[in-house]
Amino acid sequence: MAYVAVKGGEQAIQNAEALLQAMRRGDRNLPELSLEQIKQQLALAVNRVMAEGSLYDEDLAALAIKQSWGDLVEAIFLLRAYRTTLPRLYYSKPLDTEKMQVQRRISSIFKDVPGGQKLGATYDYIHRLLDFKLAAEDNEYQPPQKPIAVNSNSVTPRSIDTLDKEQLIQSEDVRQSKREPFDLTRQSLTTPTDRDARLQNLTRADEGFLLGLAYSTQRGYGKNHPFAGEIRVGEVEVIIEPEELGFEIAIADIQVTEVQMVNQFKGSKELPPQFTRGYGLTFGYNERKAMSMALVDRALRAKEFGEEMEGVAQDEEFVLYHSDNVEAQGFVQHLKLPHYIDFQAELNLVRQMRKESNN
Amino acid sequence: MSPPTARQTWMAILAKSSPVDLEQQVKTLGEIPKYTFLRQSEIGLAMVRGRAGGTGEAFNLGEMTVTRCVIKMREIQGFGYVGGRSKRHAELAAVCDGLLQQNEWRDRVQELVIQPLQRKLIEHQRKQQNQTEATKVEFFTMLRGE
Repeated sequence: MAYVAVKGGEQAIQNAEALLQAMRRGDRNLPELSLEQIKQQLALAVNRVMAEGSLYDEDLAALAIKQSWGDLVEAIFLLRAYRTTLPRLYYSKPLDTEKMQVQRRISSIFKDVPGGQKLGATYDYIHRLLDFKLAAEDNEYQPPQKPIAVNSNSVTPRSIDTLDKEQLIQSEDVRQSKREPFDLTRQSLTTPTDRDARLQNLTRADEGFLLGLAYSTQRGYGKNHPFAGEIRVGEVEVIIEPEELGFEIAIADIQVTEVQMVNQFKGSKELPPQFTRGYGLTFGYNERKAMSMALVDRALRAKEFGEEMEGVAQDEEFVLYHSDNVEAQGFVQHLKLPHYIDFQAELNLVRQMRKESNN
Repeated sequence: MSPPTARQTWMAILAKSSPVDLEQQVKTLGEIPKYTFLRQSEIGLAMVRGRAGGTGEAFNLGEMTVTRCVIKMREIQGFGYVGGRSKRHAELAAVCDGLLQQNEWRDRVQELVIQPLQRKLIEHQRKQQNQTEATKVEFFTMLRGE
């Protein structure tokens, strides 16, 4: 797989970059896209880039999308590269998603959940028909409003808490260990993995890859009978505790998507029949990704629950080592680099073999 | 976080407000005491954490950009910690934190900076809540056999 240094082509490379920049800009008579336009009008693209780029910064994500000519995997790569230039100053306290300022919140297992079902901004119940009115510009849309009582620090209890109280679902407690969570930006991932390493890997994993794996579990490759216990999207407070200050402070509200999947479980030698959980949490409004993450998280817990391994989504080595689109695109695309010597050797070998078989 | 202290409250408001709004409110203070930098505004990252299932083991969710700044004003240290990459935002937050720790400035900064910014944040939140509320599902029970 080795490739050798090749000289030449310098001018061609420079011109290729100049051509890219010019084509990316397009017709000069059209106004250039602003970062603010991308942030607001392509918000879901920005969210995907922040989640998989593993860096929450809407301005940088918008810039990356503009720079990458709309290629989101390329934008994710740019964001990942940028983050390596900054020092890590703090670790936040774990987000308290119960205190989320909810922008959307649904449960598919209980009709009457405390806090209610709020659809938020969603495509879910809209016909997938092209809206030609949108092709014209200067459309104006007014958001609907319904005043509610003042309640700025509301807590929205989790809809699956009722199952927890009856001990019908596997509980999710903090272990006593003081171990720092695994960090794949600083440690190399080795199997077998713990759930903290898997969740970090999955939350930055390629959406398409996870979606395919999640779908495979539903089609029978590692069935786990999922229900969407709760999906919530909204803003949560990020809290850090700087040593030099000595107390906790909130530094921002960030938008996240949280998915709690509830899965049927027949029980094992150690565990009585109960429901089990799959968890999805991503930066931004990223529902399809967060749902896929929750399904794959549950699938990867097969060993923990003593389940038979029957699908690729349950194989942590396969899933975790192939989920990252920055690594994956790099290795796939490196095939474009010159392999002239390699190939020459292979060619000679085939000629040789052909000659021998003819004799 | 246990019920926030007055300082935690103003630091959160300073961090969550937009740099543009903050700059505008600070201008209304007129001339403020001179200050020096103990730490120039610096951009870095915070690793944001979550918990499995929302309540279980902690895990690393991803990073966010943060900017921090420490100023010194009349022997008092003011700290600014803000999400994002605005150096000016962190500086102004540190300046306000410094002023708010001084008796002769506290009320004035509360009135001219903190309270207007807080009102704006609450108003924004309220608007969002009202929009979300408009999408709340009201279920009707269907009567059978009619």
